[in-house]
Amino acid sequence: MRVGVVTFPGSNSDVDALNALAVAGVEPVTLWHESPDLGAVSAVILPGGFAYGDYIRAGVIARFSPVMRGVTEFAAAGGHVLGICNGFQVLAESGLVPGALLRNRSLRFACRIVAIKPERLDSPFTRAANGAPIHIPIAHGEGCYYADEATLDELERDGQVLFCYVRDDGTPAFDPDEPANPNGSLRAIAGVCNAAGNVAGLMPHPERMSERILGTDDGMQLIRSLVESANEWEAAGRPAPEATKNAAANARGGQ
Amino acid sequence: MSDFRFAVNVLPKPGILDPQGRAVELSLPHLNVTSVSNVRVGRRAELTVRAGSEAEARVVVDGLARELLSNPLIETYEIEFLEGTSSAVSAEAPGQ
Repeated sequence: MRVGVVTFPGSNSDVDALNALAVAGVEPVTLWHESPDLGAVSAVILPGGFAYGDYIRAGVIARFSPVMRGVTEFAAAGGHVLGICNGFQVLAESGLVPGALLRNRSLRFACRIVAIKPERLDSPFTRAANGAPIHIPIAHGEGCYYADEATLDELERDGQVLFCYVRDDGTPAFDPDEPANPNGSLRAIAGVCNAAGNVAGLMPHPERMSERILGTDDGMQLIRSLVESANEWEAAGRPAPEATKNAAANARGGQ
Repeated sequence: MSDFRFAVNVLPKPGILDPQGRAVELSLPHLNVTSVSNVRVGRRAELTVRAGSEAEARVVVDGLARELLSNPLIETYEIEFLEGTSSAVSAEAPGQ
């Protein structure tokens, strides 16, 4: 099975993502930003970095690149798409996942290991996780998750919050100013998925903790989840995503 | 066709945390300024549109402001008309 990793001008975690996929036992393929053709891939990762220099807002210029037409169609057809860090910002700007990533509350670029916890273990992106806090790095200046209160309530109610930043005792770091919440994210949100559940984004980098030699292979829980979901999707004959009431509301207009 | 120049001013929505605005506020005591509050920091883009009329040009600017220059979830924008160079004016400057 082949899994694609998009390379935008300014991507820098694409190679780590390709390596993590190889560790997971699938064939990693680079997808170039100028082509809307994804080829025969069974899942897509939008990697970390600074696509198009992060000019205007992180992710917004990448949103209009040709490859995103292919990614949007792939997601609409039920394919699994995981956005990591800058990839999450691209998905949010594209309206493929809800919310926005604001400048870190501290105004500082945050680069360290954080603890996150999957909020559910039955999602396509967490199914191979063991439920314990996952220790993986962040490296971003704009990771402060924002959505209005009504949307946040909806995301929590509908199980679209996939990952929260957690304290040492494993409880969510709800206070945007506490150290365990590295960027001031509302409701301690580190990652969300779309209403249909097949597109997800998170700020921390699972692909950078993919082998023991790097310290831990904690991140492989998420990479393996993606690979399992893609395998299952292919085995089931590429079923379309379940229609949900929120799907329309999540898409930004004019696309 | 004429050239119309606009500015698009983008600001964080009221109520959205603006860390840059807050950082500016925190620097005010160093300048011995105590009378300033509610600082919001945004961005400004200036652009020229070739179009048949100002109204037509404004439609293009509005689309860009909404889709690219701002994110309606977190920001508001205002369009400011700067100047229009009509074809009549261009005709007064032959050979330019």
